[in-house]
Amino acid sequence: MDAQALKKTANEVRKGIVTACFYAKAGHPGGALSSAEIYTYLYMVEMNVNPARPDDPDRDRFVLSKGHSCPGLYAVMAEKGYFDKEELKTFRHLGSRLQGHPCMRYLPGLDMSTGSLGQGVSTAVGMALSARIQHRDYRTYTLLGDGELEEGQVWEAAMFAGAKKLDNLCLIIDNNNLQIDGSLEEVNSPYPIGEKFAAFGFHVIHADGHDFEALAAAFKEAKETKGKPSVIVCKTLKGKGVSFMENVVSWHGKAPDEEQYKIAMADLERIGETL
Amino acid sequence: MSDVKKIATRESYGKALKEMGAKIPNLVVLDADLAGSTKTAVFRDAFPERHFNCGIAEGNMMSIAAGLAAAGNIVFASSFAMFAVCRAYEQIRNSVAYSQLNVKIAATHAGISVGEDGASHQCLEDIALMRTIPGMTVMCPADDVEGRWAVKAAIEHEGPVYIRFGRAAVPVVFEEGHQFEIGKGAILREGKDVTIIANGLCVASAMEAAQMLEKDGIDAEVINMCTVKPLDDELVVRSASKTGKVVTVEEHSIVGGLGGAVAECLSEKCPTRLCRIGIRDRFGESASAAVLLHYFELDGEGVYRQVRDFVRK
Repeated sequence: MDAQALKKTANEVRKGIVTACFYAKAGHPGGALSSAEIYTYLYMVEMNVNPARPDDPDRDRFVLSKGHSCPGLYAVMAEKGYFDKEELKTFRHLGSRLQGHPCMRYLPGLDMSTGSLGQGVSTAVGMALSARIQHRDYRTYTLLGDGELEEGQVWEAAMFAGAKKLDNLCLIIDNNNLQIDGSLEEVNSPYPIGEKFAAFGFHVIHADGHDFEALAAAFKEAKETKGKPSVIVCKTLKGKGVSFMENVVSWHGKAPDEEQYKIAMADLERIGETL
Repeated sequence: MSDVKKIATRESYGKALKEMGAKIPNLVVLDADLAGSTKTAVFRDAFPERHFNCGIAEGNMMSIAAGLAAAGNIVFASSFAMFAVCRAYEQIRNSVAYSQLNVKIAATHAGISVGEDGASHQCLEDIALMRTIPGMTVMCPADDVEGRWAVKAAIEHEGPVYIRFGRAAVPVVFEEGHQFEIGKGAILREGKDVTIIANGLCVASAMEAAQMLEKDGIDAEVINMCTVKPLDDELVVRSASKTGKVVTVEEHSIVGGLGGAVAECLSEKCPTRLCRIGIRDRFGESASAAVLLHYFELDGEGVYRQVRDFVRK
């Protein structure tokens, strides 16, 4: 997939996020929109995954440790062909496979059920460890929020991954600098993020989380790093692509109403036309 | 009971893990810096490539277990019951059980028989907590024979399992080769005046108490109830219907454990007079296991007294 196509896909993912949250009348659009390029790069370029074989033992694994950002994951899975895009409109409805936070027992292609912050990263560590025991070549990726770094379990997982030199593990931090109650600094700053992971034995890479060239270089560097796990700290903008949601903390966890939905989709249509 | 052979069920756990490790290549074991005490070190020494010490980080260990299980392994995760269950409860619920993953939480040093370490280390709430989680199978083996069986049964059972093991050496109650089944209780002694339902080290106490009750003319039926969830409702109701009086005995809080499970069953299916013997909604104390079992009236004599008074009331 070339750069232009990736940008178009990311824009479609954003439409999917806004649509899913609108039809659900709930959900977390802000931190899903900030991860749209990350999701797109992972599923369209980086990861060895095939919607026709979601149980392939050699597939790459993805754990959405920031589970609330799942409208973005669902939207990219729809783009990849795991299910029809129409199903995004069932998000958070009774009986839907698209639960409010991901449940692996409902939807093939989800590698882990997540939602409780700090736990997903540890499960990803378990998957990376399993690859080593079973002599498999797959890589494990996990996306964390920057606010999530306040959970102590993240650092328990990081300590273990560093100590065991899990170089088949790649953490991605969506550093949009906002959490529910305000900016990271206002709440309980996890900064400096890179230095902390370096101290835990990680190879640290910084990237612009909305720039596909930067993401490509970062994931390449992570894959080529041997003897230690990698973390890619992605600078992002919460709510990216929807004018009234950008960098506005209140859009962490609420849905647009009908009028807002129309504006959001118009914003994204306009962006799409420029691509 | 000094002439009776005594073995701690944590020893049985280590032995069974090693035996099963030789047969099952995808059996993986995690510990949290207590491998020598939980006896997973026995497995580690035989299969070092399949044993991982997660350090003193039990929540992380449970979620790592979930990841390993999602990738096709049968995983045992061990620590003391206090830390495996109480500290890592939410990881067990959300990382392990919600996804119905094949993780076996094997917790040792449960109950007051931890002894001298005192209340901070004496978990009296683990059965209650584990029982609330959907899909969790909960077992509390009585002795060495049942302890080793429980490990094998947990491996054969698809999905999350909690097994409670103890620190102190306890009497061997069962003959080698005794037949067990998950979810099935067993009548160890038939009687008509009162039903005593026990598990863990309290099974031996219950049997001792039944012998003492006989001298008072009280004919007690004793049931071993290793599996607290799913509870053998049918057996509980059948015995309660016969004797009309039920006593539960456990080395656990009387809130939410075996006593709670039996109370729920009886009140819905067969209202019967019930007496719950256990730790009465309080924390433990420091002392030797033997002294504490006597102090909390969970030895044979203590159980005897309480059952006698209940029957005569």
